Amino acid sequence: MKEFSNNVDIKDWYISHFQAFENSLNGSSKAPFHQIRRSAIAKFADLGFPGRRDEEWKYTNLSPLLKHQFPVAARPTSLPAETVRQFVFKGLAENLLVFVNGRYSRELSNYRAPANGVIVDSLGNALKNRPEVIDRYLAKYAPFEKESFVALNTAFAVDGAFIYAPDNVAVEQPVHLLYISDASAGSHFASPRNLIVAGRNSQVKIVESYHGLGENPYFNNVVTEAAVNENARVDHIRIQDERLNAYHVYSLETHQQQNSVYWMVNVDMGGALVRNNLTLTLDAENCEGHLLGFYMANGKQHIDNHTAIDHAKPNCFSNELYKGILGGKAKGVFNGKIFVRRDAQKTNAYQNNKALLLSEEATINSKPQLEIFADDVKCSHGATVGQLDNEALFYLRSRGIPQEQANSILQYAFASEVFGHITIDSVREHLEEIIEERFARL
Amino acid sequence: MNKDQQSNDQQIIESRIKSEYKWGFTTDIETETVPSGLNEDIIRMISAKKNEPEWMLEWRLKAYRHWLKMAEPHWPNVHYDAIDYQDAYYYAAPKQEKRPESLDEVDPKLIETFNKLGISLEEQKLLAGVAVDAVMDSVSVATTFKDELRKLGIIFCSFSEAIREHPELVKKYIGFVVPPNDNFFAALNAAVFTDGSFCYIPKGVRCPMELSTYFRINAAKTGQFERTLIVAEEGAYVSYLEGCTAPMRDENQLHAAVVELVAHKNAQIKYSTVQNWYPGDEQGKGGIYNFVTKRGVCLEENSKISWTQVETGSAITWKYPSVILQGDNSIGEFYSVALTNNLQQADTGTKMIHVGKNTRSTIVSKGISAGRSNNSYRGLVKVHKGALNARNFSQCDSLLIGDKCGAHTFPYLEIQEKSAKVEHEATTSKIGEDQIFYCNQRGISTEDAIGLVVNGYCKEVFKELPMEFAVEAQKLLAISLEGSVG
Repeated sequence: MKEFSNNVDIKDWYISHFQAFENSLNGSSKAPFHQIRRSAIAKFADLGFPGRRDEEWKYTNLSPLLKHQFPVAARPTSLPAETVRQFVFKGLAENLLVFVNGRYSRELSNYRAPANGVIVDSLGNALKNRPEVIDRYLAKYAPFEKESFVALNTAFAVDGAFIYAPDNVAVEQPVHLLYISDASAGSHFASPRNLIVAGRNSQVKIVESYHGLGENPYFNNVVTEAAVNENARVDHIRIQDERLNAYHVYSLETHQQQNSVYWMVNVDMGGALVRNNLTLTLDAENCEGHLLGFYMANGKQHIDNHTAIDHAKPNCFSNELYKGILGGKAKGVFNGKIFVRRDAQKTNAYQNNKALLLSEEATINSKPQLEIFADDVKCSHGATVGQLDNEALFYLRSRGIPQEQANSILQYAFASEVFGHITIDSVREHLEEIIEERFARL
Repeated sequence: MNKDQQSNDQQIIESRIKSEYKWGFTTDIETETVPSGLNEDIIRMISAKKNEPEWMLEWRLKAYRHWLKMAEPHWPNVHYDAIDYQDAYYYAAPKQEKRPESLDEVDPKLIETFNKLGISLEEQKLLAGVAVDAVMDSVSVATTFKDELRKLGIIFCSFSEAIREHPELVKKYIGFVVPPNDNFFAALNAAVFTDGSFCYIPKGVRCPMELSTYFRINAAKTGQFERTLIVAEEGAYVSYLEGCTAPMRDENQLHAAVVELVAHKNAQIKYSTVQNWYPGDEQGKGGIYNFVTKRGVCLEENSKISWTQVETGSAITWKYPSVILQGDNSIGEFYSVALTNNLQQADTGTKMIHVGKNTRSTIVSKGISAGRSNNSYRGLVKVHKGALNARNFSQCDSLLIGDKCGAHTFPYLEIQEKSAKVEHEATTSKIGEDQIFYCNQRGISTEDAIGLVVNGYCKEVFKELPMEFAVEAQKLLAISLEGSVG
């Protein structure tokens, strides 16, 4: 009962900050999007924070997050360029959008859009300058009526990334969205909001990464929406490497049109309590959706991945592979849903999730889930939980490789099944370096 | 496949799916009931009718008072109108002057009923080597082969008789695995259960024949609440089979049973169910709500419990036969075929709770949905900390027949032990056109081809059933589903 009243108190805390936030918007509170913010906060007041009795939150206890009263992130002072540089991926320094505490930083960013109509900008600017695109796409896919974290984000969303690829344009260079939470001066909560629009026959590659600075805990509540039009292809990589006392909730909603392809590679390494809600909606024929995930957790980290692939129309293909390594007292949660709607015949949907438990006290709760309403389909899921293969370890040891190194070789092999799908070489290499170094610590 | 052939297939399917429920007759026999409704007086009346000792009545009342405080759960993936617990009879028994001593004294109408169902209570069943406890509505009407079993020290009798004659055993084990406050329906059962089977296999005895209980609902507007309790002492072995049918009636009837299995050191219990309650008509009218709690505990080392179920009946099936693997090296198994047709709904699966070291469990579940039905597999594999080297393998397949049904899989894996190895696999598909084509090509009709494919699909489960029941199950499946590719 105590937890419940706590939920109510903290809910009111966030609601009470909406007024001050609204005032800080000055003139832009007249914009149509602000009306959505208002309905979102009203909806959030209805929904409140989910509790353990909610089936979708059965294994994730939010009370560590809810005992904090995080103030809304203020516009931060800028960061030194060299501080930022440590987080920039090799080869992406020229295609960089930097956000500090959820707000776009023009000084730190470095991006020159190619002339052919491609827009890579902050959402803040887009809200002012491109009302027609915003009205058409923003908040159209992420369901703030149902999800309280989406509602909370929508209510406080002011900034984030806006990426627009017009019809028939392939954006060659990947865009790097770099989010840095600077909690050295104090705690905060931020609501980054990203919108990706890929026009017909377009191609775009996006790398999102999340990092933190300072010792104070903070809360990042992110929502990314992606509208993928006919024949478009989106390559989306997200790397979450927050501070170990950070709270991170990430919601992705994609909406795919005919013949489109979406590749998502999602990597979680940081955060004290992390929850991802990843939903791919294949809403037209012949779409392909790929969802690959890797997470590693140590110490007292809690990483929860909820994924859903919604086959709304016939003849689509989806593939999901999710892998995790848990050490220390870490807790992993995986829930993977595949929906095949009544008319979505000839659907092929595959899902696989594997977890390695490396320590006595690590736990994993896994719930793969199929809900199928069409008969002419091929769907499967598999789930395994285990430890490193003793025979493989023995093989390596017998060739003179020390135990620890043999362990990390096998962990690396386990992870590389996911990393192999990262199409941007520099990102993959960078990530492999980080992971190798982390494995040594597990 | 061309259009004509497809529509031809469609016709075959429709005709086969529509086959009738053959066990839907009623027996015209005088029945003794208590007034409808549920309160403490009714429970006292039931207890008095059964000449129960005081402790049993107290146990019932305690469960009832607990039940009053509980809410009916609504989390399963099934939908039904609210049940009015006051508008049902909780006790109905075929009128008998006294408990018959031998089959000659049993009302011939009852014998005839069971013969019609293919359950021969006559001694010639000896050839088949199956001892039967026949339960009609609320009471057991006859138990065969009691004396032969008694010679080996095996107790196999109705639950009421066990309460009277073996109170120490009943007292020790009733509610041992499924406590009366376990869940809403278990509590209801504990309050009003009327009969069921009791089976006790003493140390070192291997039960020489299959034990079987046949449940029959006959009276209208009654709920059936039976309890089955099987205890296998050290080194004992028993194979047990449960079957059930009910007449066709327009209203829904509730069946809320409890089954408890206790396996001591080195003991083995094999429990098979062929569930064929009336499933309701094509429009989903009538049928049995089968809300059952079944659970076994492998109490000591090297014990084994195996559940096999073939679920073809009931408007709604909702049950999870579970095994608590407490003893080291114990084994739990679950084999299931669940078929839903028309508007039937099933939410069934198992729970394997690994507590002891080196415990192993296997789950094989085959769901078949046809018509407008919904079939869900829901299962839990839990490995507690300290359950060293626990091992689980689960396989859940769903077969969809037609485009108006649904198949759902909800497996929960909760692993708190590093040395555990857990694997889960699930697939959903339809019967391949290529498989049908292959058979057609060799002169096998589409109808038979479907039968072949479905039987092949279920083979892993059928092979776990005692032989004669495997044959029965195959026939049952064929009738419930004849001809099915869309």
